[in-house]
Amino acid sequence: MHIFIYGGFMLLLLMHALDKYITVALWKDYYSTINPFMFLRDLFGALVIVGVLIAIYRRFILKVPRLFSNAMDIYTIIIVAIIMLSGIFLEATKMVAYSDYKRMVNEYSGLSDPGELKSLEAYWVKEFGVVSPNLKEPFDEALLQKGKELHQSSCESCHARPQWAFAGYGTAKIIAPIGLGIDRARLPRVLWFIHILACFAGLAYLPFSKMFHIFASSISLLANGVIGKGKLAPANRATLQAMELDACTHCGTCSLRCSVIMAFEEIANRNIFPSEKIASIKALASGKELGAQELKHIQEGVYLCSNCYRCTVVCPAGINLQDLWFSVRETLLQKGYPEFLVLSPLSFYRGLMKEETGPKDYEKPLIQAREAIAAQCDLMKRKDKVLPLTSTERKLQSGLNLSAQAKTFSVCFGCQTCTTVCPVVGNYENPQEALGLLPHQIMHAAGLGIRDLAFGSNMLWDCLTCYQCQEQCPQGVHVTDVLYELKNLAVKRMREKTLQPVERK
Amino acid sequence: MMEFALFLGCTIPARLNQYESSSRAVLEKLGVRLIDIREFNCCGYPLRNIDFKVFLLSSARNLALAEKKNLNVMALCKCCYGSLKKADYLLKENASLKEEVNTTLEKEGLKYEGRIEVKHLLPVLHKDIGLEAIKGKMATTFKGVKIATHYGCHALRPSQVVGFDDPVAPSLFDQLVEATGAESMEWAMKLECCGAPLWGINDRLSMDLTLKKLNDGKKSGADYVCAACPYCHIQFDKVQKMILSQRNVNHPLPSILYTQLLGLTMGIDRKVLGLEMNEIPIGGIEEKLKTEAELAAERELAQQKETKEETESNKA
Repeated sequence: MHIFIYGGFMLLLLMHALDKYITVALWKDYYSTINPFMFLRDLFGALVIVGVLIAIYRRFILKVPRLFSNAMDIYTIIIVAIIMLSGIFLEATKMVAYSDYKRMVNEYSGLSDPGELKSLEAYWVKEFGVVSPNLKEPFDEALLQKGKELHQSSCESCHARPQWAFAGYGTAKIIAPIGLGIDRARLPRVLWFIHILACFAGLAYLPFSKMFHIFASSISLLANGVIGKGKLAPANRATLQAMELDACTHCGTCSLRCSVIMAFEEIANRNIFPSEKIASIKALASGKELGAQELKHIQEGVYLCSNCYRCTVVCPAGINLQDLWFSVRETLLQKGYPEFLVLSPLSFYRGLMKEETGPKDYEKPLIQAREAIAAQCDLMKRKDKVLPLTSTERKLQSGLNLSAQAKTFSVCFGCQTCTTVCPVVGNYENPQEALGLLPHQIMHAAGLGIRDLAFGSNMLWDCLTCYQCQEQCPQGVHVTDVLYELKNLAVKRMREKTLQPVERK
Repeated sequence: MMEFALFLGCTIPARLNQYESSSRAVLEKLGVRLIDIREFNCCGYPLRNIDFKVFLLSSARNLALAEKKNLNVMALCKCCYGSLKKADYLLKENASLKEEVNTTLEKEGLKYEGRIEVKHLLPVLHKDIGLEAIKGKMATTFKGVKIATHYGCHALRPSQVVGFDDPVAPSLFDQLVEATGAESMEWAMKLECCGAPLWGINDRLSMDLTLKKLNDGKKSGADYVCAACPYCHIQFDKVQKMILSQRNVNHPLPSILYTQLLGLTMGIDRKVLGLEMNEIPIGGIEEKLKTEAELAAERELAQQKETKEETESNKA
């Protein structure tokens, strides 16, 4: 698709739009109406149209999963399509236009004899698709023969047979029945304006659209090609990243190959997809005022990444997306909105990169997430923790049903084997102080439906998921799975409280 | 010929290339054909803390992709292995869950029936290929190398789901290590967690657990800790290095990947094994490989012993 549009368009630009400067300089006998130029122009135009059709098919008919189309993609397709279609219609209407024919006869043929004019006109009506108000097919052989001779002497050197301009000629044949009307309405003139204006509109839109990638992608590819693996100075890195944002064509390759795509099925946040993340980051980088909700969504999107580098590897514009995510992630995390994803192993990568962030900046989001959760757990804040007998929350128990394994908490008989074998518990001299409830107590809390104590305990977030507890439980309680599901419920609750869905423009 | 869809996961291609290259080289020598499925995605492990469904769908999609090609899956990462196994188990056990997952997968024309098997590299080496076949491909063996063999939690437990080996007294990995001529040490914390799941979440706790484990390994007299999982290895390698500088501890216990250890005995090029890519150097282990002369002397000794036994049995 890309090669059709790019190849066709560039050749048209060089050979057709800039023909006076380039084509004429290369070929002295250039005329736009003789071969091979006439044929090639139509061929290139047809290539672009095929490319545009493929693009439309992919985006709107085939609906490739996870390929998103935003306004910019649609505008771009429309502009290219208008340029191409107006060009072909312009060519077609010029072919049928009688006034154009007349003008050329007056200017170039030097014929004045009515008989001669008639025979030439007949020949052009038959062979060149001109729609004449005076003459209609069929013509007799002699008249055509005469016309042919006149044509050979005065026109042929500049006019190849129109069939070579297959796209325009085909269209001309289709519109021939209304050919006279077209000419009277001076449609060729109108189309010429549309064609030229569309070209200028495209040119004006260029710096603000994905088409700017023509320049930015090549520069970014070049820059990333010469930059070694070593560290970049922060200022250079920022410059490079700003350039890379422009280099993105929103082609969607990254989103097709993204590792965490399935998250979108459950978490309705388009920023999970690299191609959409980058669109949001563009908005962010352009200094647009984004609301807290929007920022939180972008933050969640950039954090929900397994850091597999695949987007960076497959990006045809050579953008170092991984690096970009890292910078944006760290910047957003410092804005102070708690991000609960930091409490998942997705943070492993952040831990490996901790030398890139200062120690304070590094700890901040981790503390913030835990504090935000604890703040929602009123019971944890109470010193005496005397519980009313009626505080059981049935919702917690019924909520532990994701895998049907977590329900096993109900058979816990409190033997404390899980707590005894837990390496995390074993790491502390005073585990309750550091961890809050211990594993067997969390099972008990789940049984009683005391959500706050379960969610607010550090034990939940400090669980290694090493499955020692579950393996050794004499009652077959799936301790680790229960802890997993409690974490899910806690995050879900926090997400519902802090994150409202944002309508995407 | 044995065939597997190779499941690399996210960490190996991004951060541990030497595990991939050494595994491919070793498996090629052993005649295992690996098929790459480009569409594979994250196994879902890092997202289990956040959303069970995301985890399940992620794993299920991978399983469905492999099933479509009629291939069993081989994982190199134990967290990927544990996740894929868990998903496979749940989908086989719970029909309504399976239906729900398949409804989502159908949007891409995928479906999981549960016709394939998920395996980890180590059981493939031990059970499917066999110790004798592996020994047959060795050019030499180690002498006097002591290894602290690390099993990894998500491969061993929950045993009901993974069925990797005996969860209390596993021996599969020890046997594989001993097959290279190295000595697999007895150490108390052999089956404990490496600490990686908390790296980036609670670094202090993660460091405590890792150090405790590595110190125990050193106490057993081991020269190296050996893992077959990217998370465990990175924790023992890059993270250990970070811990050392932060906590002023000297004398690390370097980590070697099992495929590097095995690859060395098979005479695979050190570049392919990526020996230089480990953060804590392991190059010294190459000197512990038996030389040609030593091997010849050994063979002679074995022959002498054989003839001696023969004559003795003839006498009797």
